[in-house]
Amino acid sequence: MLAMDYRGPYRVRAEQKPMPTIQHPEDAIVRVTRSCICGSDLHLYHGMVPDTRIGMTFGHEFTGIVEEVGSEVKNLKVGDHVIVPFNIACGKCHFCQQGLFGNCHESNSEATAVGGIFGYSHTAGGYDGGQAEYVRVPYADVGPTVIPPGMDLDDAVLLTDVVPTGYQAAEMGGIKRGDTVVVFGAGPVGIMAARCAWLFGAGRVIVIDHLEYRLDFARQYCPAEVYNFRSVEDPVYFLKKITDSLGADVCIDAVGGDAAGSAMHSLLGTKLKLEAGAATALHWAINSVKKGGIVSIVGVYGPTGNIVPIGNVVNKGITIRANQASVKRLLPRLIEHVQAGRINPKALITHKVPLEEVADAYHIFSAKLDGCIKPVLVPSSVNVS
Amino acid sequence: MAAQQRIDPSTVVGWGVDADPQNDPTYPMRDRSQESKGGLDWERPTLQGRDIELLRSTEHNRRTAVFGTSTPPSGLSGAIRRQAFKKSEGKWSHWLMLLAADRINVVEGIGDDLIHGRIPNIPAEMGIRSELQHNMPGLIRKVAVTGAVLAVITALVRAAPSRRH
Repeated sequence: MLAMDYRGPYRVRAEQKPMPTIQHPEDAIVRVTRSCICGSDLHLYHGMVPDTRIGMTFGHEFTGIVEEVGSEVKNLKVGDHVIVPFNIACGKCHFCQQGLFGNCHESNSEATAVGGIFGYSHTAGGYDGGQAEYVRVPYADVGPTVIPPGMDLDDAVLLTDVVPTGYQAAEMGGIKRGDTVVVFGAGPVGIMAARCAWLFGAGRVIVIDHLEYRLDFARQYCPAEVYNFRSVEDPVYFLKKITDSLGADVCIDAVGGDAAGSAMHSLLGTKLKLEAGAATALHWAINSVKKGGIVSIVGVYGPTGNIVPIGNVVNKGITIRANQASVKRLLPRLIEHVQAGRINPKALITHKVPLEEVADAYHIFSAKLDGCIKPVLVPSSVNVS
Repeated sequence: MAAQQRIDPSTVVGWGVDADPQNDPTYPMRDRSQESKGGLDWERPTLQGRDIELLRSTEHNRRTAVFGTSTPPSGLSGAIRRQAFKKSEGKWSHWLMLLAADRINVVEGIGDDLIHGRIPNIPAEMGIRSELQHNMPGLIRKVAVTGAVLAVITALVRAAPSRRH
């Protein structure tokens, strides 16, 4: 089968690989119909995530048709077309029982710091991902959800990660009616977090980025007030000025370790790898939020450490909330939102690229070329609409 | 820069439909109603058969019921990874050794290609086609800068022996 093949930082190719097989009685083999490249895949692509091995297939946002199931799979059947959450979750452990499906304790032997994730390095369990024609899906009865009749496949594939992560970012913000919410990052997750902030009753939604085309999109789509941090001398000072000097009630970091905007963080985090990524957005979020406010983090950082003003967290009484999205918990409500027209995920998709051209898709997304917001890979074997 | 005009929330589709005054800061992070008494006391899934080398975090008491089978450790990078996994996740050295192994693994990957009679098309793997299509000025700039740096290095290298005489 054809699959994405990681060859090193900034290098990937499409390669013929062996078909995946059932490894566990709760496995399914899924024929991929759509597979996104996620902003967090770029952290892998840029060589920032430890234990990312040559030859691995990335991809944790995918839909597909069930081709084969293991002996203990009871609910899914061959032919089901499913949304596959990016988390690999057993549904039974201490954490899954609490709804923490992003923190499963039975899916990642290689780290306790993160649950299993498809195609996200050995730090997240060493599973090959969905940027391929076929993929092995463990715990097939737990995460995968049959795509509701009539749902557009391009909407469905964004329910695997982008929509739940954006929604949970807003949910973790504990937004109250009338709150001012600042979202750092106008990538797909940041745009979705800003859109969802309204669903929780925000009174004002502000998006900060440095890419004009993405800010233009966010202004219309979310909708939101949008500001280019390169156009203001100091984004924290600017945000204080437009919030009566108090700061925002909620700040959301939807950037993670690939942030621009601070020479220090970029040098230490991105170039020298002495920080677990450039924590610029988190730094700004802590300093921009109101005293007693909430900082919600969904941006991805590595497992080592980052330089952020933790003293300000203490002195301002900030609550920090963060996690990988618990996709399974959120899917029923998010499907309702999509079906009701309150969220339009597929509008984020700017590029549909054949799997064979995966190297170009990664480069376009990484280098922010051609107005790219969200690229989706489509295997050539797919003949569904 | 002046503040932009504010958006009237009542004009936004779906405004406030999920507003929840009871959203406690500890929820939705944990639903304690189903919490066990503690410890590894849940009914475990069937254990996946193990026929590959699996590195396990020292912070796990046991291997997880399922695990990924992509790219088992091998070569020099694999040896470094095995050493890294003797240290806990709390140690920076654990992660820095893994990052070092990743970089060595890149060289191993190129060597593996060559052993199999394949010269990796690195420009294609880096998406040169899309760069040509969408960012020609940027590509020209990168080539010019790279050329200038190489020219300076070459000039310095050539000049070095003459200074010794």
